[in-house]
Amino acid sequence: MSVKIDETLTVECETGNYHTFCPISCVSWLYQKIEDSFFLVVGTKTCGYFLQNALGVMIFAEPRYAMAELEEGDISAQLNDYEGLKRLCIRIRRDRDPSVIIWIGTCTTEIIKMDLEGMAPKLEWEIGIPILVARANGLDYAFTQGEDTVLAAMAHRCPEPEICLREREEMIQKVLAFPSREKDESHGYANHPSLVLFGSLPSNVVSQLNLELRRQSIKVSGWLPAQRYTDLPSLGDGVYVCGVNPFLSRTATTLIRREKCELIGAPFPIGPDGTRAWIEKICSVFGVEARGLEEREERIWESLKDYLDLVRGKSVFFMGDNLLEVSLARFLIRCGMIVHEIGIPYMDKRYQAAELALLRDTCTRMCVPIPRIVEKPDNSNQIRRLRELRPDLAITGMAHANPLEARGISTKWSVEFTFAQIHGSANARDLLELVTRPLRRQRNLEHFGQNTLVK
Amino acid sequence: MKLAYWMYAGPAHIGTLRVASSFKNVHAIMHAPLGDDYMNVMRSMLERERDFTAATASIVDRHVLARGSQKRVVDNILRKDQEERPDLIILTPTCTSSILQEDLQNFVERASIISNSSVIFADVDHYQVNEIQAADRTLEQVVRYYLDRSHTQEALDQFVTDVPSVNIIGIFTLGFHNQHDCRELRRLLRDLDIEINQIIPEGGAVEDLKELPKAWLNLIPYREVGLMTAMYLNKEYAMPYISTTPMGAVDIAECIRQIHKKINTLASGSSNKRRVDCEPFIDAQTRFVSQAAWFSRSIDCQNLTGKKTVVFGDATHAASITKILAREMGIHVSCAGTFCKHDAEWFKEQIQGFCDEILITDDHAEVGDMIARVEPSAIFGTQMERHIGKRLDIPCGVISAPVHIQNFTLGYRPFLGYEGTNQIADLVYNSFALGMEEHLLDIFGGHDTKEIIEKSLSTNKGLIWNPESRLELSKIPRFVREKVEKNTEKFARQKGIRTITVEVMYAAKETFGT
Repeated sequence: MSVKIDETLTVECETGNYHTFCPISCVSWLYQKIEDSFFLVVGTKTCGYFLQNALGVMIFAEPRYAMAELEEGDISAQLNDYEGLKRLCIRIRRDRDPSVIIWIGTCTTEIIKMDLEGMAPKLEWEIGIPILVARANGLDYAFTQGEDTVLAAMAHRCPEPEICLREREEMIQKVLAFPSREKDESHGYANHPSLVLFGSLPSNVVSQLNLELRRQSIKVSGWLPAQRYTDLPSLGDGVYVCGVNPFLSRTATTLIRREKCELIGAPFPIGPDGTRAWIEKICSVFGVEARGLEEREERIWESLKDYLDLVRGKSVFFMGDNLLEVSLARFLIRCGMIVHEIGIPYMDKRYQAAELALLRDTCTRMCVPIPRIVEKPDNSNQIRRLRELRPDLAITGMAHANPLEARGISTKWSVEFTFAQIHGSANARDLLELVTRPLRRQRNLEHFGQNTLVK
Repeated sequence: MKLAYWMYAGPAHIGTLRVASSFKNVHAIMHAPLGDDYMNVMRSMLERERDFTAATASIVDRHVLARGSQKRVVDNILRKDQEERPDLIILTPTCTSSILQEDLQNFVERASIISNSSVIFADVDHYQVNEIQAADRTLEQVVRYYLDRSHTQEALDQFVTDVPSVNIIGIFTLGFHNQHDCRELRRLLRDLDIEINQIIPEGGAVEDLKELPKAWLNLIPYREVGLMTAMYLNKEYAMPYISTTPMGAVDIAECIRQIHKKINTLASGSSNKRRVDCEPFIDAQTRFVSQAAWFSRSIDCQNLTGKKTVVFGDATHAASITKILAREMGIHVSCAGTFCKHDAEWFKEQIQGFCDEILITDDHAEVGDMIARVEPSAIFGTQMERHIGKRLDIPCGVISAPVHIQNFTLGYRPFLGYEGTNQIADLVYNSFALGMEEHLLDIFGGHDTKEIIEKSLSTNKGLIWNPESRLELSKIPRFVREKVEKNTEKFARQKGIRTITVEVMYAAKETFGT
């Protein structure tokens, strides 16, 4: 089955038998991002075992997340779910005193139809801590989409536009005491509607992107999520929002439909090309003339020269597991690489429209055919294709990385792209550092002469 | 419902998958949602496995939830059958499929009619058993399946081998030092002139399982996995088994004596009369091959007399290490415990008289509290205890699963057999020696008391970090912060900038790439 986006771009669909992380893994980065949160994963031993192994040593640092482990009595509804969750949440309140508790629903809560959304408001009222519900389960979602479900839930809790308006009025009154224009210029911002960015990024990447936009005199009013739950940005009618990650389609939908925000559909700020396109799009929506972007992008590419020499002409194959694939492929094509296949768990053609358009333009510009995009890939078919194509680099999950290496195919573990800082022009080098690492190692071991290490 | 941060034993399906992927040419298909195939990652990462792990998922998604798996499971089984031609396909239930209550057994029956491979349904219930118990059951189930089949086909050859031989049961993937232990056991048995009939499941072929009853007896090195199989073989085929773990000089001797006794009894019935005395071998090995006995006599070990320790791990390792510490090294074990709650009685009986108290729990917080209360000089436990030790500043030797990648050593590190005694002695001694050194450092206030005045090589003369950039710098992870600071200052000097702002920081990053 394949769907045409336009005459040149097709998305194929395979069986969906592929390896990826369970979406509950999002707690690992979100609990660190949102400092005053506590994540409670309502699930079984299987979920717990996955988290414990996926997060490695982090677990020993007294994390602000835990499992509400369901036992046989919970499954057969002999025990009262509400009482059970209440007991655990009271204990969490006592031990950690978080500003918000986020319940992560799992496959098990879906199947036994545990009414988390129904229980949360009641319990919230009873214990006095906000409780959000995100259904980040493996039945519906893959890996990074877990963050999407959490942010979509969080969007509902952003302050009401009334407060927003009141604040604005207060500000206007204050401003009225001075000549308003001068005030504006002293901050150096253009006069534009409020802009909120969504997607969880490390705080220094947040400042870097804020800074990029400040250079264009665009002010970022807030981020979803913020560093603290209590600092969530105001959302509402007339607020413009823009995503920084390709896997946030639910959040985008929620922001448009429920919060009445205006979505700026732009390519994602990954790589200098993506960053420039992202800024340009935001500028054009606000009617601000973008300045110096071209020279800046040129300069960044110039500084990447040593890495570009290494990747040019090399081929790459994305097996697909974290939804960053299209953006990464677009960047790597621009770097001069040949992309054989873009595997991706789920393709939201509307949310990713601008990114797909940039991919198409990049392919035209670099004179390469548009790679096949494979949604819900089938790993065993992919391995067959990998063996035929023998790319210089396979970007893949850990389950396949060592076996492929042993067969002489260089690999890069895809999960690293979700944990590394890859956004904005300033991090383009880090991104290439990741991509070239296996290639550089390959070069260093060239004379060792043992490429295939299986019988 | 219980609050859990960490667990000692994983879910049942992991146990089944470990057994399945240990056998040669066996494929496991999980009936599971996306992301439950995590065992592949563990095997590929921890064991650094070169081959693709023969475990895949038949994905349970929304459609399956709404309409049932229908043909999907059967199709997936048949597809694997076509693609990989395995000898056996094991359909593995997960916590999700346990609640869906689909008739997976029926799918298996349907698939096995059409497929070339044998197909079985792993008989494990997620809510009844954990990883360890499931592995034990699955191994027994596979053995039973093949023996029953050969039995009905009358293809079973029940004559035992001419020379004494054993099966080693319970060596498998992701087991704690299993590969090394296996090599050590091979060596021990070779030295004893005993042949190895089969080793299962690791590297074993299921089609050869029918040869199991040819061995004179079964050796079960670890209590956790293999005992069920041994009991089954004992009941159905009257095969004796030995389940004394050959860990530590005393228990190795005990295990060898038991093997010899069994073999001598069996040999006396047959024409092949080979009565040998194993005592000279045990004596020579204990005194001269293993250094552990001598080590216990040496001055080094004298210093360990009466030191307090805590032991925690799976039943096999915790019991053996407790006995080694107490009776072979003269170390005081204040508390010994295990997370194998299902085997608590055996554990208590084993370590009776070798420690002050016994702790049976699978709650790591309880173990942590116990360690904090006892304040031992060293801990011997799992990776969890190692981290508890780090927090409390107590050294820890890792003696049992669950473990981390560093416990899958490339070098030869058995825990069993005579070489194992040496490894354990090193482990114990190194843990304490480190503890002692730390203690002395503490008393004398550290190696190097002279204060280092100028650590930074950069001369930041005239450079001012404004408050925002200072704050931004503090947000950068500690391990790269210094480098960022240095590069930013270098950049500022090159450009003749006096005040460092956030913009300057990131401009520097773009220039230097850090």
